Amino acid sequence: MASFTTTATLDEPQVSRGNQGGGPPVFGGGDGGRPGRELPDYPTRLRRARLGLVVALTPVLMLFVSFTSAYVVRQGLPTLDPRTNQLVHDWIPVKLPALLWVNTLVLVLSSVGMELARRQTKFAAAAVTAKQLGPVPVSGAGKMPWLTMTIALGLLFLSGQWMAWRQLAASGFYVATTPSSSFVYLLTGAHAVHLMGGVVALLVAGLFVWLRRPVTTRSIVVDVAGWYWHFMAALWLYILCLLEFAR
Amino acid sequence: MATHEFAAHAAHAHAAPQGFIRKYIFSLDHKVIGLQYFFLALVAVFTGIFLSLLMRIHLVWPTASLPFFGEIKPETYLSLLTMHGTIMVFFVLTTAPQGGFGNYFLPIQIGAPDMAFPVLNMLSFWTTFLGFLVLVAAFFVTGGAPLHGWTGYAPLSALPSAGPGEGLGADLWIISIAIFCIGALMGALNFITTTLDMRAKGMTLMRMPLTCWAWFVTAILGLLAFGVLLSAGILLLMDRNLGTSFFVPLGTVNGVLTGHKGGSPLLWQHLFWFFGHPEVYIAILPAMGLCSQLLSVFSRKPIFGYKAMVYAILAIGFLGFMVWGHHMFMSGMSPYTAFAFSIMTMGIGVPSAIKTFNWLGTLWRGKIRFSSPMLFAIGFVSLFVVGGISGPFLAQPVLDIYLHETYFVIAHFHLIMGVASIFGIFAATYYWFPKMFGRMMNETLAKTHFWITFVGAYAIFMPMHYYGMAGGLRRYSQGTEVAWIHKLAPIQQFITFAAFVTIAGQLIFVFNLFWSMKKGEKASDNPWEATTLEWITATPPPHDNFGGITPVVHNGPYEYSVPGAPRDFVMQTDAPLAARH
Amino acid sequence: MGLVLLVVIWLITLIGSYFIIAKTWWLPVGASAAAAGIDHHFTTTFILMGAVFIAAQLALGWFAWKYRDRGAGTAPAQYSHGNNTLEILWTILTVILFIGLNLASESIWATERFEAAKPGSVQVEVTGMQFAWYFRYPGPDGKFGATKPELEDASLGGAGALGLDPTDPASKDDVITGTMVVPVNRQIEVILRSHDVIHSFFVPAMRFKQDAVPGLAIHMHFTPIETGEFELACAELCGLGHYKMHGIVKVVSDEEFSQWLAAREAEKQ
Repeated sequence: MASFTTTATLDEPQVSRGNQGGGPPVFGGGDGGRPGRELPDYPTRLRRARLGLVVALTPVLMLFVSFTSAYVVRQGLPTLDPRTNQLVHDWIPVKLPALLWVNTLVLVLSSVGMELARRQTKFAAAAVTAKQLGPVPVSGAGKMPWLTMTIALGLLFLSGQWMAWRQLAASGFYVATTPSSSFVYLLTGAHAVHLMGGVVALLVAGLFVWLRRPVTTRSIVVDVAGWYWHFMAALWLYILCLLEFAR
Repeated sequence: MATHEFAAHAAHAHAAPQGFIRKYIFSLDHKVIGLQYFFLALVAVFTGIFLSLLMRIHLVWPTASLPFFGEIKPETYLSLLTMHGTIMVFFVLTTAPQGGFGNYFLPIQIGAPDMAFPVLNMLSFWTTFLGFLVLVAAFFVTGGAPLHGWTGYAPLSALPSAGPGEGLGADLWIISIAIFCIGALMGALNFITTTLDMRAKGMTLMRMPLTCWAWFVTAILGLLAFGVLLSAGILLLMDRNLGTSFFVPLGTVNGVLTGHKGGSPLLWQHLFWFFGHPEVYIAILPAMGLCSQLLSVFSRKPIFGYKAMVYAILAIGFLGFMVWGHHMFMSGMSPYTAFAFSIMTMGIGVPSAIKTFNWLGTLWRGKIRFSSPMLFAIGFVSLFVVGGISGPFLAQPVLDIYLHETYFVIAHFHLIMGVASIFGIFAATYYWFPKMFGRMMNETLAKTHFWITFVGAYAIFMPMHYYGMAGGLRRYSQGTEVAWIHKLAPIQQFITFAAFVTIAGQLIFVFNLFWSMKKGEKASDNPWEATTLEWITATPPPHDNFGGITPVVHNGPYEYSVPGAPRDFVMQTDAPLAARH
Repeated sequence: MGLVLLVVIWLITLIGSYFIIAKTWWLPVGASAAAAGIDHHFTTTFILMGAVFIAAQLALGWFAWKYRDRGAGTAPAQYSHGNNTLEILWTILTVILFIGLNLASESIWATERFEAAKPGSVQVEVTGMQFAWYFRYPGPDGKFGATKPELEDASLGGAGALGLDPTDPASKDDVITGTMVVPVNRQIEVILRSHDVIHSFFVPAMRFKQDAVPGLAIHMHFTPIETGEFELACAELCGLGHYKMHGIVKVVSDEEFSQWLAAREAEKQ
């Protein structure tokens, strides 16, 4: 049986004085500049941003899981040839351009650069907030333009992908040539679009330097972009393996 | 230096915005964004209702010439049907309960000052709005809106030559849905991060109101499902425009080779329904959460079996991903697979039944106050029961052989989504209107609206069961050609008449809504004497929700009629109850 | 208000149930071997689900009235967070009801769908296209001739519509009609095909429905047990003519069927 303590006070002070007088605003938004709660501190913002990234990567993963299942289904699917009334398999494996392996190396290198940039910015933010936030990065990394290098390598990867598409077309495999070629373009294209998003995030971080935004904010952008970048690199390795070994 | 940085940042980020554009158009305030979603859904629902009105008229008078529209051709009927379904499922049922009320009240109910990512929140609304514009544009392009149904089965949806509207209209339809997916994913991101990371002190997960649990699980469903729909849409756009053959096998339309080969129509169905089934739970879960809330508040009793309710929501969410094949029993899918999906589908009926028992248990020995939100909550239970009971019929493949594609299916999903879920939206509006606008809605108009809608909804959808049992098929622009369907025409007439009356009754709601914003009786901060956090704050809430104070939570959300308490409700922020029974 | 809710909910429940019990609008009389089992399972499901439906709605209405707030000074609501025993109990009962009901139907499903048509069944290929059905019989050689999409030309009648390949010797004796004629009391093997979009072959009297999917040849079977003419209609949205894509299944005696088929063969000479 629940009981109720007699020392409890039920009448908490009224929490706020919003617009109770004249006509209430249609939207419960503006009450004229009264300062709200304090902005959460840097570790909270970082944690929240990282959580947001994990959540955001889930549908990206689902997109590629869905493409994979379509790939597997299509690969094994017999289709009715009405001329013979027989079920036939019509999957023709695609030979991937060797350039894709070079691009892979570029992307892996960019991931290394990205991690160095991430730690570099994190160290700078830590110095500002005077808190220890993780392992101390290699000293001397302070001044290298890791961020710029990552952006450059990312753009190099994307142009390399475009060239690989041209090579594929030159060897006769366009997007609608065979089901297998459709998937090559689809998977590499979808990945490239997402990586482009990562490049944009890094450019924004660079913009923040130029606009002299607080290094803590920049650090969060670079941290989130960094993990995103690593995810994109891992995703690329997965796609490459699928297209090369599950032909 | 650091403090200077923080202070400047604080002043920048959390001062209430000034100026009309920042305050009402591109607002970052979740409350404004919630209202934007709500009004978008309002426009969408009236568009959708209007389309269904034209459909109902055509079914009874197929050759009638309407003012402005002229005679409705069979392909036009099918495009009305397609757009009706798409608008209602996406822009009403996935928008108002989650984007509308969820956005407004989730942060407040968990004691947070806003959503985790306000800019993303703002973007998610405008993306959704853009999706709506693109969809409506399909009506106005050459060929008009597509005729392939909201389910868009390939090859009908993949072949521009397969029918009028399947050209540019179908492309716009796909693009609009893709845009909607992106907006919904952005929203889901915010809901999940906010629920996990921004609950006030003392607001443990098991002290969250069931509305918050519902919004949270709904967001997870969306997070996992919308990516798959997006992938299906991309593949379909490729088939339509780049000559690929993901979904289209070798074939002809009107004797002309389509140029495709080797694709699988069933692949579309698998991808679509993998999204489509969780989607219907997205449409109903928030209403279930709210129903639990309202039955408790207005019976002055804790919800019966809070833990069981939470587990039921989780079970429905989880199982919702395992039953998609029950839409495909007749599709040519393996009968063994059908058996497996059928068992899982009966399984998902169990948590829904448990929720219904618990709702009844909440009313039992309560002290019921018949406010308008409560009427809609009770109506919700009744409609959920009748809509849910037809589920086990359809879940059994042996019965689905006969019932698939008949009006029995239409009755089932309309009663659950098109009425029960809508009752959730109505209930939410009547319940939270005082908090959002500072005034009460008119009770007499509200009760009139309830009775017309409750009886009217039954009058419209109950007969559809009979029509379906007699073999009446869906997506038929008229029943005149097939003898066994033609005999059922009197049922269609009755339904159309009931629809006229019920639709007219909705005008009462719209009038009440806008009139009360200006002229309604002023509302106190807690007119319903409820316990959850939105009722401790001012009416309407200030910009940061709690006026600079961080609430601290000591109690669960349903402490009503606690023995020994001075009044029959204990707020979540009141001093903690000593012992639990 | 509680009383009004009770009355309205109870009335809706009783009126709604009446039309089911009275079978005012109902399935047509079953004319296939599977119909009896399917109809019996319909009845079982209606009884069990109907009982749950009526009980839940009546309880809802009753509680709305009985537990209304009778005013200040009356007893408060009962403070209870639930009852775990009850939760477990009704969960188990619901599982037994739902799963049990489903399993009871699966033997019919297995008979209809797990097993292929028996040898000696009458083969009919059913092809759907926007917006007509064509039926093809393999003829004395028991083989269906090849079809080619590029040969399709509906203006040339049945063989043209199907794109029948005249160079295939098996095509010569194929009979193509717009009405499906089958003998009574024999198993009919249906091979479903489509040329363009998904259609669905639905014969309510036979309790038979199956989608016709382009790119697939789906084998199903049913056994008619009554002679007569039974309407069929398309049951999957296929375009603007979906509502008029109907036809007739004519069930005749075995003798009449042989005579009819022989006459069709003779016409081809």
